[in-house]
Amino acid sequence: MRARIHVTLKKSVLDPQGKAVQQALSVLGFREVRDVRVGKYIELELEEGDKLKAEERLREMSERLLANLVIEEYALEMDEEE
Amino acid sequence: MTMQTLEITPEIVQRHNLTLDEYGEIKKILGREPNVTELGIFSVMWSEHCSYKNSKRVLALLPKEGKRMLVKAGEENAGVVDIGDDLVVVFKIESHNHPSAVEPFQGAATGVGGILRDIFTMGARPILSMNSLRFGKLESPLTRRLFSGVVSGIGFYGNCIGVPTIGGEVYFDESYEGNPLVNALALGIAHRREIVKAKARGTGNPVFYVGAATGRDGMGGASFASKDLSEESEKDRPAVQVGDPFLEKLLLEAVLELLKSGCVVAIQDMGAAGLTCSTCETASRGGMGIEIDTAKVPQRETGMVPYEIMLSESQERMLVILEKGREAEAKRIFDKWDLHAEEIGFVTNDGLMRVKQNGAAVAEIPAKSLADDAPVYVREEREPGHLRKLQNFDPKSLGDPGDLNAALLKLLDSPSIASKEWVYEQYDHTVRTNTVVLPGSDASVIRLKGTKKYLAVSVDGNSTYCYLDPYEGGKIAVAESARNAACSGAEPLSITNCLNFGNPMKPEIFWQFRKCVEGMRDACLAFGTPVSGGNVSFYNESPKGAIDPTPTIGMVGLIEGCEPVTSFFKKEGDAVILLGETREELGGSEFLKVIFGVKAGLPPRLDLTQAKKLNDLLAALAKKGLLQSAHDCSEGGLAVALAESCILNKGMEMGVTIDTALELSPAGFLFGESQSRVVVSVDPKSLEEAARTVESFSYPYRVIGKVGGKELRVNDLIRVPVEVLAHTWRNAIRRRME
Repeated sequence: MRARIHVTLKKSVLDPQGKAVQQALSVLGFREVRDVRVGKYIELELEEGDKLKAEERLREMSERLLANLVIEEYALEMDEEE
Repeated sequence: MTMQTLEITPEIVQRHNLTLDEYGEIKKILGREPNVTELGIFSVMWSEHCSYKNSKRVLALLPKEGKRMLVKAGEENAGVVDIGDDLVVVFKIESHNHPSAVEPFQGAATGVGGILRDIFTMGARPILSMNSLRFGKLESPLTRRLFSGVVSGIGFYGNCIGVPTIGGEVYFDESYEGNPLVNALALGIAHRREIVKAKARGTGNPVFYVGAATGRDGMGGASFASKDLSEESEKDRPAVQVGDPFLEKLLLEAVLELLKSGCVVAIQDMGAAGLTCSTCETASRGGMGIEIDTAKVPQRETGMVPYEIMLSESQERMLVILEKGREAEAKRIFDKWDLHAEEIGFVTNDGLMRVKQNGAAVAEIPAKSLADDAPVYVREEREPGHLRKLQNFDPKSLGDPGDLNAALLKLLDSPSIASKEWVYEQYDHTVRTNTVVLPGSDASVIRLKGTKKYLAVSVDGNSTYCYLDPYEGGKIAVAESARNAACSGAEPLSITNCLNFGNPMKPEIFWQFRKCVEGMRDACLAFGTPVSGGNVSFYNESPKGAIDPTPTIGMVGLIEGCEPVTSFFKKEGDAVILLGETREELGGSEFLKVIFGVKAGLPPRLDLTQAKKLNDLLAALAKKGLLQSAHDCSEGGLAVALAESCILNKGMEMGVTIDTALELSPAGFLFGESQSRVVVSVDPKSLEEAARTVESFSYPYRVIGKVGGKELRVNDLIRVPVEVLAHTWRNAIRRRME
């Protein structure tokens, strides 16, 4: 099973990196960009066939390590192995 | 129903951490029911964090006057101390405990950012940071997570903004489990005439908002900091702010340039209680009013209501009041530093803080009532019932400590005593190239470019002493910080303090608080070191109970007319002198905690007259250039002080042989923590002159041994290779963290 996790800052949390990217884009002439939020993307391969079980484990991983729930949130996606 | 017309119920009042009596007081001030925005504004300004309502009466005991004090504690954002040559020092210490408990990295980082803003908004350029950190036992995974998060947060902010973090202290004790303390100190330098005050004046002068846009972060952080940490705090999580040190660097440069231009009337950081606090405090200090329109405040998020805008604690924001007609000049400076500035209102003469939203009034409150008229309480106090029993504990009843070499190594391996290299290696402590004594010594020393002066700064506070005897503990906290400054050759000038305690509504806690402050007062008077400012952090409790009372003292000393003295032995053959008297004082010692797991006994007694004499003596010895090294005896007693003098200088470690008459129990002699003692080393050629100097002060002393060899030897009690001491002491924290 392959899983993809997107970790992003919560909406109400300031994102200095996103702000810096937006400013840089604007300097380069991309003035239409109103807001930038930078997050991280994590790919995992699991030895687990059961989707429900895998999801439960992935949530645990996300909440205990991959995302800092105080300021971040995460979204999960899973693919069955081909 | 909109927020403005929401009916105020007792539940809403309670959710704002206000009592019904306080709500009655608010109605009396306004002559009507407040709306919810006004209630929110009152709740943050009347929180303990902003109003000191529970501590004011006790803080009044502390001496604030002195010939060098230019701005007294409480008058401004930070204290100002005259150091001659037209220079002044601006410094302050502040807590960021609760945010750091919830999100250690950002909590600690924004703590550093906040204290730096307090310094540069007064017109001083920050030249150093220090900090005092307290955590639970390092064996617990939660502690390790908090500890490493806090340390990286401090390093991140300080390193990015380019202010060196030159030292501090870290202690580990189970009373801080789940409620760490993060106290950040910053110090800045300015020419005397450059100091500005945050006082509004001139009806019609424009009020500007400068810096980061306002978001919903840190909503009501000030009232959050005035509540016990509990499982509930998890839900308070949006109250954490994220810092942006690069933006703060721009603010710093812009503010200093702006102040030099002379177009500024007043400037204040938006820290706790954000826009609310900065507007009503500047207005109140100047006896003026302020009108602002929240619609003009730059906003990061959509749909924010005035309540949120007024209470937000987004970081890196400033309130700037300009001289009318000089807006364009200021605008050029803001543009140069790429800062967003927005005119949001103006100064009025009616004494009111008036908040509008697109022209419609949403709050109208006398500024002075918010800033100065919060209720003041004298809380009930009671000596804790178990205290006498704890004090009467006799350390001798624990029996033989066994192998003394092993005991010494165990002490050096305990994280509170061990080298803090793992911590300060993560800090840039040399940026700006003025740091002359690196972290690890008794005090950190920084030179003042363009003068022959140095500043010695130390932060101290032994919470175990304060737990067992808060009066004596408060005295010792000040005395130790003064002694540390004196060991580097400095004259102690002034202190800032951060008073960390539990819930003041509990009579035992309030008693600890008052006793500690009384002890500090007596010590400050004895040393002539007035209090220039600081803060109080109550409600430091976890479900397991309150932290041990922890007054953190930041001392600034001035080195003038001599070179700074360091703590480690320099040269084989130097004579080692112990200044001060050793008594059988093991109560409250690190030895009892580490070897026997006991936190009990009567802490050491401190004689203030002797302590003052010692500081003067050290200054005299330093001025005559007689000191090769000076290191004070604190946690772990004489044995640990000797071991540290041997190993502090990495790569240049050297041994020492001590041979002296033993009049106490071996453990009392080696590990007792008698106060006002310093281990100094002097060149044998100057031994006679050094002895004469000490005698002229009639201070007790003893020549106890000689520097040299590859071992630490103390009578026939201790014999350990220096290499083993160094290895144990340097790796204690690292091996637990890796």
